[in-house]
Formats: sequence, C-alpha cells, structure tokens
Amino acid sequence: MTALTRLIASSPFRLSLAYLGAFVLVAALVLGFIGWRANELLTTQVIETLSAEVTGLREQFQVGGAARLRDIVADRSQEPGGGLYLLTDSTGRKLAGNLPRAPFQLEDGRGGVFRYRRTSDVPQRKDRIAVGVPLAVPGGYTLIVGRDIEDQQQFADTLWKVALWGIGLLALVGIGAGLLISRTVLGRIEGITAAVRTIMAGDLSSRIPVAGMDDELDRLSASLNDMLSRIEELMGALREVSNNIAHDLRTPLNRLRNNAEEALRNPDDVATYRAALAKTIEEADELIRTFNSLLLIARLEGRAIAESLTQVDVSAIVADVAELYEPVAEEAGLALATKVPDGVMITANRELVSQAVANLVDNAIKYSADAPALGEAAPERKVTIEVIPSGALVDIVVADEGPGVPAEDRQRALQRFVRLEQSRSAPGSGLGLSLVAAVARLHGGSIRLEDNHPGLRAILTLPSEPFARVAEPTTSSALTLSPAAERAAAIASG
Amino acid sequence: MRVLVIEDDRETAQFLQRSLKESGHAADVATDGDTGLAMARDGKYDVLVVDRMLPRRDGLSIVQTLRQEGARTPVLILSALSGVDDRVTGLRAGGDDYLTKPYAYTELLARIEALARRPAPEEIVTRYQIGDLTLDRLSHKVSRGGEPILLQPREFRLLEYLMKHAGRVVTRTMLLENVWDYHFDPQTNVIDVHISRLRSKIDKGFEKPLLHTVRGAGYMIRDGAD
Repeated sequence: MTALTRLIASSPFRLSLAYLGAFVLVAALVLGFIGWRANELLTTQVIETLSAEVTGLREQFQVGGAARLRDIVADRSQEPGGGLYLLTDSTGRKLAGNLPRAPFQLEDGRGGVFRYRRTSDVPQRKDRIAVGVPLAVPGGYTLIVGRDIEDQQQFADTLWKVALWGIGLLALVGIGAGLLISRTVLGRIEGITAAVRTIMAGDLSSRIPVAGMDDELDRLSASLNDMLSRIEELMGALREVSNNIAHDLRTPLNRLRNNAEEALRNPDDVATYRAALAKTIEEADELIRTFNSLLLIARLEGRAIAESLTQVDVSAIVADVAELYEPVAEEAGLALATKVPDGVMITANRELVSQAVANLVDNAIKYSADAPALGEAAPERKVTIEVIPSGALVDIVVADEGPGVPAEDRQRALQRFVRLEQSRSAPGSGLGLSLVAAVARLHGGSIRLEDNHPGLRAILTLPSEPFARVAEPTTSSALTLSPAAERAAAIASG
Repeated sequence: MRVLVIEDDRETAQFLQRSLKESGHAADVATDGDTGLAMARDGKYDVLVVDRMLPRRDGLSIVQTLRQEGARTPVLILSALSGVDDRVTGLRAGGDDYLTKPYAYTELLARIEALARRPAPEEIVTRYQIGDLTLDRLSHKVSRGGEPILLQPREFRLLEYLMKHAGRVVTRTMLLENVWDYHFDPQTNVIDVHISRLRSKIDKGFEKPLLHTVRGAGYMIRDGAD
C-alpha cells in the first residue's frame, strides 16, 4: 500500500496524470464538437428535404384540392422507408397518414424533432425519433410531413458510446502506463537515493548505479559519480595531508622537544644552551618549510587558486628560473643549457609554474652534482632545460645526467614525502616533486619521469588553455599520474 | 624609529615590543583593531605592523581606512594566510609589505627598517654611491674606484636593491621577492650563490669589502669596518 501511495504521489505519475487529463479533455471537446456539428448538419439536410416535399405537396393541393392531397398522403404513407405523413382537418381528425396523431412538439407550427409511435402492424415497443414540418393547408387542414431519424440517431448514439469507451480505455491505459513509467523512473531514482544514502552513511567509495541507457537520469548519475570521485579525491588528499602531518611533522617536533629537554637537563652551561637553542630554531625553520609545502600542495589540490590563472610567457618564466639557478649549477660543476623558443604563452599561475620549474631544476642539480664522474674522456655534466610547444600543450623538459631514477620507482617519486633510498642523505623535505605534480594537476597538465640515458628527464606538460580540457577528463595518457593512480600507488607502497 | 604593533596575541605583541626596543626602536602595542586604528591615527609612527586577523576590526580594514584618510605611513601586514592570492589582497588593500607567520624576527626587523626609510615617491634617486662604488640607475653603469664593472642585468638589479637599502640588512627572502619577484622558498640557497658572484665582481681585488654577510639574517652593503 505504501508502495502504491508512494507511486501515486511520485512526480512522474502526477505528471502523466496531468498530461492524460489534458489529453482526455481536449479529445472530449473535439469529439463533442464534431458530433454536435454532424448531427446539426444531418438534421438540416433532413429538414431541407422535407421542405422540398412540402412544397411539392402544396402544389398538388393547389392543383387537385384536399381530396388529391389526401390520396397522395395515403399513397405515400404506404411506401416503405422513413417517410411520415399526417393530414388532419380543422377539428384535428385524421384524414390520412401513417402517424397516429399530431405530435405536440410541432404544435407551435414550426418544424423540429418529435417522438412518435408508428401505426403500422408491427407493434412498437418504444417511441421513435423523427423530424417533421407542419404545413397549414387552406380550408383548416394541417399536413405534417416527417422523416424517421431513429436509425441516424442510433448511429450517432453508437458513435458516442464508442467515443466514450475509447476515452475511458485511453484514460485507463494512460494511468497504467503512467504507473509503469513512474515505477521504472521511481525505481531508478530510488536506486540513486539509496546509493546516496549509503554514501552519506560513510562509504565514499560506493557509486550510483548507471542503467546504461544514456538518458538524462544516467547523465545525472554520471555527474553525481564524477562529483563523488572529486569529493573522494579531496577527502583522500585531506586524509593524506593529516597522515603526512602526523608522520613527518611529529618526528621532527619530537626531536625539537628532545633537544630542549636535554638542554634543560644539563647543568647551566651557557654554551650548551646556546647550541641547543640554535638547533631548536633550525629545526623549527625546517618544520615551517615542510608545513608550508604541505599546505601549498593541499591548497593546490583543493583548486583554491584556480581563479588566479592569467596569460603568462612561459619562455620568460623558464628563462628566469634558469638564470636563477645558473650560478648554482656552475658551482656544482654542471653546465646549465637552455633551449627555449621566444614568447610561448599559456594560461597559468606564474608563481606556481616558476616554483615547479625551480623544483625540477633544483632536483636535477642536486642529484646530478654528486654523482660519480662520467669518466676521464666525458665532457662536463649537463642539465638541460627545454620548452617544447606542441599544439595545445607545452612541454617543459628538465633533463640531467645524474644517476636517474629506476623505472619502477618513478611513479613513487612523485608522491608526497617519498625520497628514494639512495637520496636519503640529500637535503630537502621530499615534497619537491609532489608539489610539481600538484601544480601540473591544478593547470590540467601532467608530470612524467623518463630515462635520459643517462640521468632523469622530467617532463612537465601544461595545456595552453587549462580549462579547455574539461571535456575529456578520462582520456589522459597512461603515463600521466592521475590522482587515483597516485593514491593507489600510495596504498600499495604502504 | 617608532613602530606601532597591532597584534591580538599578547605574547607575540610583547615579544615584538621587547625585540624592537633591543634593536633600538620604540614600539607601542594595540591588541584589537579599533584601538589600533585610533592609535595609528593620532600617533606619529614610522611603520605600522598590522596583523590580518584582529578582534573588532580586521587588519585589512585598518589599512584601507588609513589609506582612504590619506595616511601614507608604511604598513607591514602580518598574516597566517600564505596564499599567493592572500598576499595580493593584502597589498591591494594598501599594505606595503606582507609577511607570513611564522616569521623570523630578523626578517621582520629587516623589513620594518626597509619600509621606514623608504624614500617619498616624489624623491627619485638616479645615482647610488657607497664608498668608492657608484651605480647609475639611468645609464645602468657601475664602477668602483673609477674602474667600470660589467654586470649582468639581474646582478645590476641585485646591487641596485642592496645599495638602495645601504646600511640596512636585506634578507634572502626580500631579495627573492624584490629582485626576482618570487614569493616561494627555493630549496637551495640560490641567493647565496648570486651574492658571492656579485661580491667577486665588486669586492674582489679591493682592500675594503663593501658587501657583507650578516649571520642569521642576510646581507648588507655598507662603507665601514666589518
């Protein structure tokens, strides 16, 4: 019962009911009008025929007088068909005809519809309907000429009945179909509601069922699913941030506390105190740096600054970063080469792209500086920065000739805090590449790591128009690090 | 120099007051927005240090109000918000500099001192001179002891910034922000390498060094004993 009431109260059912009501009303109006008009037309025709006959009879009267009229009426009364006649004298007495008496409906002297019972030998069970015209004949006679329209009327009645039944059936089928459609639609909507409830209950990985019909409900489900993926992604990022904060900030915080505690435990020795305090500040600074990077990555992943993108000259950005790092590279015994075409414009955030490129260059220098020499004959090691525009994309390539990253570790290298085993000793928070990945994602681009034979080749791909990409979010290349893949990798690596 | 610190955290405010006094400056403290605005209006301060989030009236509103009233006192905005957009909002409201918490006191001091001696806008200096080192801002020529020194464009801007703030500490972050227009913290100390390059061009071969490293703070160009 509740299911039925819910069905009846559902909006698809109410909609189909309203639609049906309107349809039936219009159909009834149209049918009614047609019926009325047809009846009118037929009646008019009958009356016209009668008028012609009456004119004929009047002429006969003028020629042959009352006697002749009576004979003709008596004659015609015997003929089969629907002709009805009655000739009465001034006293109302019947002289001839097949009508028993003058119908009262015609007493006003005008033609119209009347009911009668035939005086034939066949006993009539009920009155028949007819149209008649009265004619006053000089000498006090009254002649009534009529036509039986009972058959016509019955035909019209049948038509009416059929129309009514039809509309009734239509309404019935309509209501049935409405219920059926409502049940289907309602079933799917209930499915969506149930899925949403499950998700609200905490199972964020659950998804709304898609019927595969590619209709608006499917599209709604797909959009909701996209939204859920995005929410899940953000929640995941948030959880990851808190996990990372827990992991990587607690340890240095604890170290900081230990230092302070140890200094306090020692007898008052100013030099020890000073050293401990200096170390405390140093550790605090390192903590702040890590914290800032984490916050920035979290902000980028929340796309909080997507609106601050403007037209920027990526060539200038890369050239500036190269210029910033050129002395550092030189000091590390590396040659910094750039291949940057002029005036490549993209829509991006200058600060973030600068920071991403700076991180890549920083890494390239850091990891290839202390690599073992290439050999006596080998020339100076190089770090190469290139800008390669290709269609709607721009590749910013930073390549070094250092030890590189083994293929199996490349994906992991892009995750937060991951610092590969052999580089544990190098300074840095381990957030450099994850920040680059976050910047790439914010701009709708990607970061991938390749082998430079020898060394590492980091390719930061940015679209020239970051928001032109909205149409095809699922067709990213396999090498691109999608947030989901990153999370999967994070889970896999424990 | 008189500094007004508008900061709602009493401990921080008192720390700043003490530290500024130790550095030879006078400092007053206001711990809410309304008091801060009232004090900024009638006090003769050289620099205002304004926290962004304050009770009763937020920092940006104080700066906006003061600017609307025509006050040109330099303002350093302190904030726990570090986004690029937040910085832009802060500077657009009329702030002259923006520093994100947590900050090092040396950084804050260097910035306050840089702000306090900011020349009036109508005063255009075309030539800087420290000892025998001169920098011509119009012809982009640098010379020391009459000997011309060839500098790269960025080195020129670096030296220009240092000379503009001669006698005062300039931090690495200030250099990154003002010479390179970067508001992020590179992982490597890139600035040190640029400074050592500049130093080799302007100080190498001369008896008296002009470009000094201030430990734990930054750099300073100054004519005088180390």
